[in-house]
Amino acid sequence: MMPLSGDPPRSRLLALGLAGIVLALMFAPFLFPGAKPLNVAAKICIFIALAASYDLLLGYTGIVSFAHTMFYGIGSYGIAIALYGLGPRWDAVLLGVTVALPLAAALALVIGLFSLRVQAIFFAMITLAVASAFAVLASQLSWLTGGEDGRSFRVPELLRPGFTLVPQDLLGIAVTGRTLTYYLVFACCAALFLLLLRVVNSPFGRVLQAIRENPFRAEALGYRIVVHRTLANCLAAAVAAAAGALNALWLRYTGPDTSLSFAIMLDILLIVVIGGMGTMYGAILGATLFILAQNYLQALMGWASATAADGGLPLLPALFHPDRWLLWLGVLFIACVYFFPAGIVGKLRGGGK
Amino acid sequence: MSALLLLTGVQTHIGRYHILQGVDLDVPEGRTTMLLGRNGAGKTTTLRTVMGLWRASEGEIRFGGRRIEALVTPDIARAGIGYVPENMAIFSDLTVRENLELAARDAPLDAARLEWIFGFFPALQRFWLSRAGTLSGGQKQMLSIARAVAEPRRLLLIDEPTKGLAPAIVDALIACLAELKRLGTTILLVEQNFRVAREIGDTVAVMDNGRIVHAGTMAELAGDEALQHRLLGLSLETHA
Repeated sequence: MMPLSGDPPRSRLLALGLAGIVLALMFAPFLFPGAKPLNVAAKICIFIALAASYDLLLGYTGIVSFAHTMFYGIGSYGIAIALYGLGPRWDAVLLGVTVALPLAAALALVIGLFSLRVQAIFFAMITLAVASAFAVLASQLSWLTGGEDGRSFRVPELLRPGFTLVPQDLLGIAVTGRTLTYYLVFACCAALFLLLLRVVNSPFGRVLQAIRENPFRAEALGYRIVVHRTLANCLAAAVAAAAGALNALWLRYTGPDTSLSFAIMLDILLIVVIGGMGTMYGAILGATLFILAQNYLQALMGWASATAADGGLPLLPALFHPDRWLLWLGVLFIACVYFFPAGIVGKLRGGGK
Repeated sequence: MSALLLLTGVQTHIGRYHILQGVDLDVPEGRTTMLLGRNGAGKTTTLRTVMGLWRASEGEIRFGGRRIEALVTPDIARAGIGYVPENMAIFSDLTVRENLELAARDAPLDAARLEWIFGFFPALQRFWLSRAGTLSGGQKQMLSIARAVAEPRRLLLIDEPTKGLAPAIVDALIACLAELKRLGTTILLVEQNFRVAREIGDTVAVMDNGRIVHAGTMAELAGDEALQHRLLGLSLETHA
């Protein structure tokens, strides 16, 4: 990554962690066979790109937006509507992406030009309102979007679970359309992440950081802050839409719960804050930890609870009862924010940047 | 000497406060003009109004003959005005190098210009790749000034650069400003330290209550203690 960005991780532990995560994701279909682990791995990839694009806004430009899931949803619905309407063809995938990405960027441009010249809190409120309106719209236009039920659709042959690329087992695992879809998701998300890393370390990225720190000073140096903020907003929106399109391809389904829900917005916020704002690498660590916790904490607690019960320990079995996993997830987040105010990456880099 | 910057009847309101109440100011080209006056007289507001950071509600601001009071701040900056605000507003998350690169805007930093800056402020070379937030107060002020001069500007607006600095750093600053002046840069300098003002000022304007109450040469003011006392009162004695 170094030649691409000139922004190395700057901490041995961080570099090791990142390398471990990237390698694990790269070989996930072979290292962790089975439907659920692959699902988790794909979701981690998608959320890395999604959280990184949000970090461009929150961490680098200092913009608080609540419309990020809307752009994510535009990408998801773009794929869903195109594939549902035209059938499982590659040109439908292409059409979905080529309509959704510019649409997301154009919407971000309009929102940006209208509200990025004003105070941050006003922009946040505008994005919240627009995102809510969009979610209602998506649910109301059921002839197009499938309403609350969403749209299930078929993907091109190559990406279907029934498609087998290598009939005999390779490393003991069959390579199916599912494996190919995973690698499509992985490669696209890696490309999106590297693109963002390149952007934040370009002169444009420096100007964004300058604007975040002191907008007036940046203006007095001759930079148009509205233009820069709006460009960042458009880029982040397009990347979020791309992540949404990949998510739709992976799930073969798009509905309000998987693409537009406010819960996803909160997840993104938590991932960026836990990972470390304004670091990009934080998106990788944050997304991995968050999604692993979301998927495996309950099982881990069940195991801990059973072990404690077997050992005859008092109180612990009840405390770690799997039904309480959400409570412990919350406790983990609070502990994270308390002990790593600059995020995990900030902590590993030694307090500051 | 023709005026590079000319303010005529400039009024500025900040909220419900009427801060500048008709400022007429003439900054001759190639000279250093000192803007003096007690705290709250409107000196900083004058600089900010020129930069477009506050809007002039009335009056006219001309820079090189062109009216600029309706332009937005980035355009005013690109017209050739560098601004060093009072509070050393450097970008503390960025390195010294990145701070200076931002100042150069679209062009890469000029190596010769950089050497010239390092000549005055060697500390900047030493901490080239350090985060600006880790610099000392004096070094931040050097960076702030270096950023304003990283590219040649026609006019520099500098707000109290010596405030709270050690004497040795003040001397380096004076040397830098004198060199800038020698190279023909026009400077409008707000300064409370009369020693500094006397050393580098050519002309002087004194503000009170949002107006210019005296304008003349620095030599004239420096040689007339009664005038100093009348215009600047106690603030002068403490610094002289």
